[in-house]
Amino acid sequence: MKEKIEALRLEAIEALSLAQSLQEIEALRVKFLGKKGELTAVLKMMGSLSAEERPIMGQLANAVRAELEEKIESRKKELKEAEIEKKLVEESIDITMPGNRRRIGHKHPLSIVLDEVKDIFLGMGFKIATGPEIEWDEYNFEALNIPQDHPARDTQDTFYLSENKLLRSQTSPVQIRVMEQQKPPIRVIAPGRVYRSDSVDATHSPLFHQIEGLVVDKGITMATLKGNLADFAKRLYGEDTKIRIRPHHFQFTEPSCEVDVTCFRCHGEGCPMCKGEGFIEILGAGMVHPNVLRRGGIDPKEYSGYAFGMGLERLVMFRFNIDDIRLFYENDLRFLKQF
Amino acid sequence: MKLSKKWLNDYISLNVTDREFALGMTMSGSKVEGYEKEGEELSNIVVGKILELKKHEDSDHLWVCKVDAGQPELLQIVTGAQNLKVGDYVPVALDNSVVSGGKKIKKGKLRGVLSEGMLCSLEELGLSINDFPYAVEDGIFVLGDDCDKTLGKDIKEAIGLDDTVVEFEITSNRPDCLSVIGLAREASATFGVPYNMPEIKNKGGEGEASNLLKVRIDAPDKCYRYAGAVVKNVKIEPSPRWMRERLRASGVRPINNIVDITNYVMLEFGQPMHAFDLRYLDGAEVIVRTAKEGEKITTLDGVERELSPEMLVIADANKPVAVAGVMGGEYSGIMDDTTTIVFESACFNGTSVRRTAKKLGLRTEASARFEKELDPNGCLMSLLRALDLVEQLGAGEVVSGVVDAYPKVKESVRLPFRPDYMNEFIGINVSREQQIKYLESLDIKVEGDEIIIPTFRGDLQQQADIAEEIARLYGYENIPDEPLKGVAVGYLTDYQQFLKDTNNLMLSSGLTEIITYSFISPKAYDKICLPEDSKKRKSIRILNPLGEDTSVMRTTALPSLLTVLSHNYNNRNEEAAVYEIATEYEPWESDDRLATEIPKLMIGLYGANIGYYELKGIIEEYLEKIGVSRYDVRPVKDNPSYHPGRTAEIVVDGKAVCILGEIHPKVLANYEIGTRVYAAEVDLNTVYELRNTERTYKPLPKFPSLKRDIAVVCDKATPVLSLQRAIENAVGKNLESVKLFDVYQGEQIEKDKKSVAFSLTLRAADRTLTDEEADSAVKKALNALSELGAVLR
Repeated sequence: MKEKIEALRLEAIEALSLAQSLQEIEALRVKFLGKKGELTAVLKMMGSLSAEERPIMGQLANAVRAELEEKIESRKKELKEAEIEKKLVEESIDITMPGNRRRIGHKHPLSIVLDEVKDIFLGMGFKIATGPEIEWDEYNFEALNIPQDHPARDTQDTFYLSENKLLRSQTSPVQIRVMEQQKPPIRVIAPGRVYRSDSVDATHSPLFHQIEGLVVDKGITMATLKGNLADFAKRLYGEDTKIRIRPHHFQFTEPSCEVDVTCFRCHGEGCPMCKGEGFIEILGAGMVHPNVLRRGGIDPKEYSGYAFGMGLERLVMFRFNIDDIRLFYENDLRFLKQF
Repeated sequence: MKLSKKWLNDYISLNVTDREFALGMTMSGSKVEGYEKEGEELSNIVVGKILELKKHEDSDHLWVCKVDAGQPELLQIVTGAQNLKVGDYVPVALDNSVVSGGKKIKKGKLRGVLSEGMLCSLEELGLSINDFPYAVEDGIFVLGDDCDKTLGKDIKEAIGLDDTVVEFEITSNRPDCLSVIGLAREASATFGVPYNMPEIKNKGGEGEASNLLKVRIDAPDKCYRYAGAVVKNVKIEPSPRWMRERLRASGVRPINNIVDITNYVMLEFGQPMHAFDLRYLDGAEVIVRTAKEGEKITTLDGVERELSPEMLVIADANKPVAVAGVMGGEYSGIMDDTTTIVFESACFNGTSVRRTAKKLGLRTEASARFEKELDPNGCLMSLLRALDLVEQLGAGEVVSGVVDAYPKVKESVRLPFRPDYMNEFIGINVSREQQIKYLESLDIKVEGDEIIIPTFRGDLQQQADIAEEIARLYGYENIPDEPLKGVAVGYLTDYQQFLKDTNNLMLSSGLTEIITYSFISPKAYDKICLPEDSKKRKSIRILNPLGEDTSVMRTTALPSLLTVLSHNYNNRNEEAAVYEIATEYEPWESDDRLATEIPKLMIGLYGANIGYYELKGIIEEYLEKIGVSRYDVRPVKDNPSYHPGRTAEIVVDGKAVCILGEIHPKVLANYEIGTRVYAAEVDLNTVYELRNTERTYKPLPKFPSLKRDIAVVCDKATPVLSLQRAIENAVGKNLESVKLFDVYQGEQIEKDKKSVAFSLTLRAADRTLTDEEADSAVKKALNALSELGAVLR
């Protein structure tokens, strides 16, 4: 009997190793281990054995059964894995083909840079203020220390809408609106559309955007102005950016200055982009004129402040090397999709 | 302002390069735009003398000259000029030279004869007859006695074309810097080198000016001062080379000695001067008065101008002879037979000059200066300088004395000197002594605790103004960088965050942002087929627009959107999906109100796979994410810009939030768009008001759901939304969702009917629903649908 069991074992193992499908394995399982299987049949003959032999044979038969069961399972697993493997190979695709994209829109280049500027100032504790585009002459000029018939009005050719209303030529009137509504400490920026009757060409547009800034508090000095704007320039253009401030004149600030940053292309060496200067002018600034503070209801004896203003288009044109301001308003998708 | 460095050097001797000068002046507040060396492009042109002149054998107009140009050998040069004779000194462009315009000259043959260079005209030196009035036009420039005739000398030095011209941008608060003296003062303060004033020698001649000329100021609020002097036996001729040179460098055309003197003094001192012929002054009296109603004057430029009573004129007994501070009258100018002239050095109210010039549309160099408020105390010195120059030039006989009407002498402004405040305000630490030095270098006096400001510095009125003077001489670049101190929190307001969210949702819906002008053409309203009586046609007009196309503030942003789509369509962009947060401008209700600025979210789409439902999908997604959940969708059949069968309005609580649909074919034709366009206009203020951003967590379902599908047949015109609402209302709270999954029209269905199929998900929160319950829910739904004429398919 022992020989018979061993023969069955070998036969089964041989058959299993040759089996190529789960069905074949199942058939083998039935053939050897099933109720009517061959090993079962052998076991049924146990009764004819002696009492000494019976447990030995029983043990042997069970060991073989266990071994075969394990072999069946492992062979099954092997085959399953091979099958998956095969399927995976068949399912290979060309992974270099272009993806089916979920289209995301393009932010306008003006918004890209404006959002950066906003984030920088929000991070410095500024809030964002707004004001009307259709503004009182009084807010656009008089309140900013530019009386009627002042020559400074010449530098801003203004669109008038009526005797006392105009399209704001600068975002500076928002300074007045903020001071009227809020007491110091004040830290705001005010981005928005401004209008000037400039004929359209590559560098002029009758509509463009400015970003105004205003800080009013106790102990604000020109040194604060300088430090803050130097910080801003570093965050916008990189850590190695330097600023240069030059005296200038604006009616609503005193002292006033223009602020240059090291040229983004040549980093101060001098190149055609900066006309050999090494610096590019990006904003105008100054200490808020005492007349303006007073007009905003703030006592210049107690508080001081600084204001600044920059042209967004200019920043963006330098950033992306855009040479024609008209592209911003033409909205050709071949242009917009570059950003 | 163009500054001649040679002129500046008369008053200050600086030991800096042009570049250092430019940078130094810029950093101390007088911004240099650039500088240019005169005649820089000319090279290898020298003085030569014509020794021999022969006709060219093969030409009837060419000449062959032998020229001594100080070279080792004599040169042979062929010229076509007809104005030369032996012995003339001329500019000779040698072999390998460059003349004006960058033209290179090389030796070569002209009709077979060797020419070793070229003789030059004024034009070839970059000059004109105004610079050398004795030269002939269209000929070679023959050097006069005012030139250096050393043979071989560089022509630029020989004729004084070797100045450096520095171009300044002078801000409107500093009219004093629109002058050589003003800039000499700034240069002195900048570089710490003293400057000198011109020495004015005025011998004066016979007679007494006040016997020949009277002055009366009738409008002292508009004319602060009027000083005049008389010059007899005037000899009108060109002014000398040095004066012409400086005028040229300053960008002023030399005319004749008297006119040149007035310009010279204006450039030197910043004080506009006027000279006129005494002959034409009836009654020999200058009356400074306002114009009479309807009074007219023909100005020097030959234009007759009507004056109005607020304008100031210089008049004689009978008529205005000049518009004060703007321009002289036709007959008052200097003519060739003029013998006796009056020099006027006056000071007028800036605003008055500005208004007058503006109203007459006549901006002149003089008016541009006067309107910045000049210093009346400068009038006399300028007048004396003019007389001094008359004597230097031998241009006439100066009559002794001046007439000077100066009703109210302008006093210096005095301010307390507060050095500590200066340091505190600027953020620096500069000693009192050093501050005094800075101020004194600008001719600002400090006496004890008081600052005395010279009257030519009208811009200095308060402490902040003084702070700027100290700061700029200390050097803005030397002020330390201080960080912004104190705690402040920057954040977006709810509304700003809402706009930011809107932008982000649009971008993630695949729309590209556009930015358009706020002004449009009034014709745009026709293009979008707005009815004649539409309220939207009432838009704010710009009083001084650049052109019709940008003349009104849009009351609707639709034309802007369509213009962009049209541009893209016509530039062969196959598809477009764009949006803008655009402002619309509603006219003010009354004069004391401002306009209403309404933000709209504008969306525009066209392209192959784009239809109404793509647009609606974007809107639905947007509204859901931004927090507007329950709304009605109503057909819009009467908006003439939109397709009457493919346009809807989204309504919440009776408020229209948005219109969306296909653009009317007529409108598309007006915009030359040859494809269907879908557009939406979302009223952002209303969305902001209605939106609910609160979210409350609902537990995930514990019990299973049941699904049931319903397909019904109904009239083609029955809106799917009404069917859906009917199901929702009929089934009630156990209806988790109802989704449209099919709409069918065609062979299987009666004409004018459609089949609509919904998938219902039913679920109870507290138990497992039975099949019977689900079936009964379906029955309820079908009953409700049948009331709308929809029957089970």
